[in-house]
Amino acid sequence: MTADVLAPPSTSVDPVTWLRRNLFSSVISSVVTLLVAALLVWVAITVGRWAVEEARWDVVTRNLRLFLIGQYPADQAWRLWGSLLLLSVLAGVSAGTFGHTIRVLAVSISAIQALLAAAMAVSPVGPLITIGMLANAALVWAGMVVGYRGSIPRRAIVAAWLISIVVIFLLISGAATPIPDVSSNVWGGLLLTILLAVVGIILSFPLGVLLALGRRSSLPAVRLVSTAYIELIRGVPLVTILFMADIMLPFFLPGEVRIDRVMRAMGGITLFSAAYVAENVRGGLQAIPTGQIEAADALGLRGWQTNLYIVLPQALRSVIPANVGLFISLLKDTTLVAIIGLAELLGIGQSILAQPDSLGAHLEVFAFVGVIFFVLCYAMSQASYRLERQLGVGTR
Amino acid sequence: MTESAGPTDIIVARDVHKWFGQLHVLRGIDLSVAAGEVVVIFGASGSGKSTFIRTINRLEEHQRGQIIVDGIELTNDVRNIAAIRSEIGMVFQSFNLFPHLTVLQNISLAPMRVRKWSRSRAETVGMQLLERVGIPEQALKFPGQLSGGQQQRVAIARALAMQPKIMLFDEPTSALDPEMISEVLDVMKGLAGETGMTMLVVTHEMGFARAVANRMVFFDEGQIVEIGPPRQIFEDPQHQRTKRFLSQILH
Repeated sequence: MTADVLAPPSTSVDPVTWLRRNLFSSVISSVVTLLVAALLVWVAITVGRWAVEEARWDVVTRNLRLFLIGQYPADQAWRLWGSLLLLSVLAGVSAGTFGHTIRVLAVSISAIQALLAAAMAVSPVGPLITIGMLANAALVWAGMVVGYRGSIPRRAIVAAWLISIVVIFLLISGAATPIPDVSSNVWGGLLLTILLAVVGIILSFPLGVLLALGRRSSLPAVRLVSTAYIELIRGVPLVTILFMADIMLPFFLPGEVRIDRVMRAMGGITLFSAAYVAENVRGGLQAIPTGQIEAADALGLRGWQTNLYIVLPQALRSVIPANVGLFISLLKDTTLVAIIGLAELLGIGQSILAQPDSLGAHLEVFAFVGVIFFVLCYAMSQASYRLERQLGVGTR
Repeated sequence: MTESAGPTDIIVARDVHKWFGQLHVLRGIDLSVAAGEVVVIFGASGSGKSTFIRTINRLEEHQRGQIIVDGIELTNDVRNIAAIRSEIGMVFQSFNLFPHLTVLQNISLAPMRVRKWSRSRAETVGMQLLERVGIPEQALKFPGQLSGGQQQRVAIARALAMQPKIMLFDEPTSALDPEMISEVLDVMKGLAGETGMTMLVVTHEMGFARAVANRMVFFDEGQIVEIGPPRQIFEDPQHQRTKRFLSQILH
């Protein structure tokens, strides 16, 4: 005899039932639903009417080049195109090969490129740039298709990223190459924002992990230095650190040593962020049961191997949400470099507003800057959710 | 079975003392274990039996006395500790599998990183060990997807992958649901019977002790009260405390 297996009761409901259950379950609930709906409609109509009828978007389209790359010389812009091209192809291929998390980032990159292409289509900077942006977005997807075929070894892609970071830096700055130098003083707009954020994130993460391990080290000197560093930096606002990096640092360096201003800002942001990464990671380290370390010890793993293979993979996984939150803040905090005279996206917006024919266009400029920041931050947070799911945070 | 230290002894402990703060948990332990011997250690909780086997691979440091494992004395010398640990496998009460690694990765990690084996060799040996503990089909799962008994069998395979000369078991079945205890004990019996592994087992599984142990050691208040073959311990215990403890757990 076969046992009768009961199917679970159906949990899906039709839309009308769902509405009644969730939005109109009682008189009060219905009133609130209607009020909120009315408010949302009113906001949407007001904003929509402003955006379509009143807004002077020409302030944005006319200055699109400034928004994107600041004062970077127009005749050298091919170097940025080259860098972007490299980035698009690599992002696409990585997304196709590794999938999941990186796919979110790659799709976001192509979305931003398409967005910019749309903005440029109506801007006087010319159709060539629109086509260029669209070509880049297409390259991301082409790269993804190539990656899906799975013929490119993962190691090669990682190596390509490392080489590209150097190549992109050399291309943009022109240092140590036959192409002319472009001083970082003229880097600006979205270009500078992204450079500051990417460098800050990439460098502060390993530094923060080392500081967190240092704070738990059995060597008193290492522990003391790490703790002192973390507490000192966390006790000071970022603005102060940027000022220190910009004004004080040159006093302490010998006269012939000069670090340019953008590098100093990158250094300040990295050092600041590392202290917060360290505290996040420390939280993750504390959550690892001692049994894990005992098991690794008993197997004969050395201390550094235990950290590398057992402790860190578990600890870092559990602090992904906190760290991504931190990196989103870091991205937004790059706007503070305006204080030391660097024109990142928001800073360039301010200076555009100072132009005579842009007077009064605050809303348009800030809305544009805001949308770009939102897309970047939202992409990061979505990528983090994907990463958590992929690594099975909370399930294993 | 020799009671005093002899040339075949793979573990020699002489007058081992250990304090946790003010608490004197090991009060002069003398024990020698011959190669191939299976020793079951039992006693009330807090009697120091777990602490003692944890001093043998230096998860706990002893503060007085001498412990010599396979001819190497345990001192603060890091190289000695590493050398001894790679010869001793340990199985814990709470399994302590690495949750972020698959079953096979759990087993092959240490051989690859400590013994410097190639991945293919480590995984081949890992699969053989999984066959031996009876769960080769679980190789690619994560520990969290396994039952307690299966996890403990993986933990045994993980320890065996380092090809140790000695295996320490710290209450290996205490955290298991009753129906899973025998599957773990069967693996341990096989280990003792087929391979002649030297085993120190802290357990209250008296059936296992009777079937497999060469000697049984009764711990009480940080001291060894009585040592003897299972037959003698069960049928003619010499000490009042041993009698009382056995009557408590055998009822």
